[in-house]
Amino acid sequence: MGLNEHLTRDGFVTTTLESVVTWAQRNSLWPMPMGISCCAIEMMAFGGPRADSSRFGSERFSFSPRQADLMIVAGTVTYKMSWVVKKIWDQMPDPKWCIAMGVCTSSGGMFRSYPVVQGIDQFLPVDAYVAGCPPRPEALMKALMYIQEKVSASKPTLANFGKDTGTVNRGEIITI
Amino acid sequence: MSTTFETIIAVAKAVTPNVTPVEHHGDLTIHVDRDHFMDVLAELRDNPRTKFNMLVDITAVDKNTSPDRYDVVYFLLSLEFSHRVRIKVGVRDDRMELPTVVEIWESANWYERETYDMYGITFEGHPDMRRFYMPEDFMDADGTQLYPLRKDFPLMGIPGSLPLPPKEEI
Ligand code: SF4
Repeated sequence: MGLNEHLTRDGFVTTTLESVVTWAQRNSLWPMPMGISCCAIEMMAFGGPRADSSRFGSERFSFSPRQADLMIVAGTVTYKMSWVVKKIWDQMPDPKWCIAMGVCTSSGGMFRSYPVVQGIDQFLPVDAYVAGCPPRPEALMKALMYIQEKVSASKPTLANFGKDTGTVNRGEIITI
Repeated sequence: MSTTFETIIAVAKAVTPNVTPVEHHGDLTIHVDRDHFMDVLAELRDNPRTKFNMLVDITAVDKNTSPDRYDVVYFLLSLEFSHRVRIKVGVRDDRMELPTVVEIWESANWYERETYDMYGITFEGHPDMRRFYMPEDFMDADGTQLYPLRKDFPLMGIPGSLPLPPKEEI
């Protein structure tokens, strides 16, 4: 029976608080656009009308880290920039997720040289690595859907009421 | 050699006879010694026949030879005549400095800082001789300053010279 039928017949549904919070969390992942170089252009396309991230509740790019759940690191991270990325990540409230978009962010990519961090997982917990230079917006969409599944699988940390929150699994590698 | 190039060479030669012009693929390069290059650059800017009013870039070349190790290269452009010239000045590895050209073109400020950052060539009289891209404390374990575009610098850098933020425990 669908939600609609429940509501029209009974006028109420029963569920657990945990699943409501998870449901709300997974459908309103607000990205922090950490657009550092060219990948950021495809990230804008991801927010634009054709790919349309608002279908997943992620149209609200948060330019303040304090209202963001998901950091999309899109671009070449140099050693000098790594401290800035980390500072912004630290300002985001838990629970938070991180997408490494593009090969530069995932592994240094073509910039195999002294100033570029060879993969941001050396200092950040990454949930999804998106391959491509730059990845198509569809690939970023798939990463977002993967994060949504991850959110549904984890228990909400904000509604723990003193209970064990379970571990938020980070560092799992998927390739889109 | 075109008449434009002949004019530029004649203007440079009038300052000092110690100039060596080289033409390669339609581009003119003039080698000048370090005692006269400031006069040549100022004359190329001010002479009404050349009017090189724009300094496009300054960089250096590490030839990895001793003692004439580096060439500092000045790229000039005349917006009025739209012609270009490169001026090369040799720098010996036992005398790693040149006078600044900030008084001639103000844009030299950041170009000279970048050249210093990448090659370790200092520019005497520069108003703000600091590193440009790399951190101020970019040095190896012994405290030796590192200059990444020198030929003896390893491509992947020196481990530990650029610190990363600590990874959080999950
Ligand atoms: S992966 Fe490619 S497109 Fe993305 S930031 Fe690196 S170079 Fe640019």
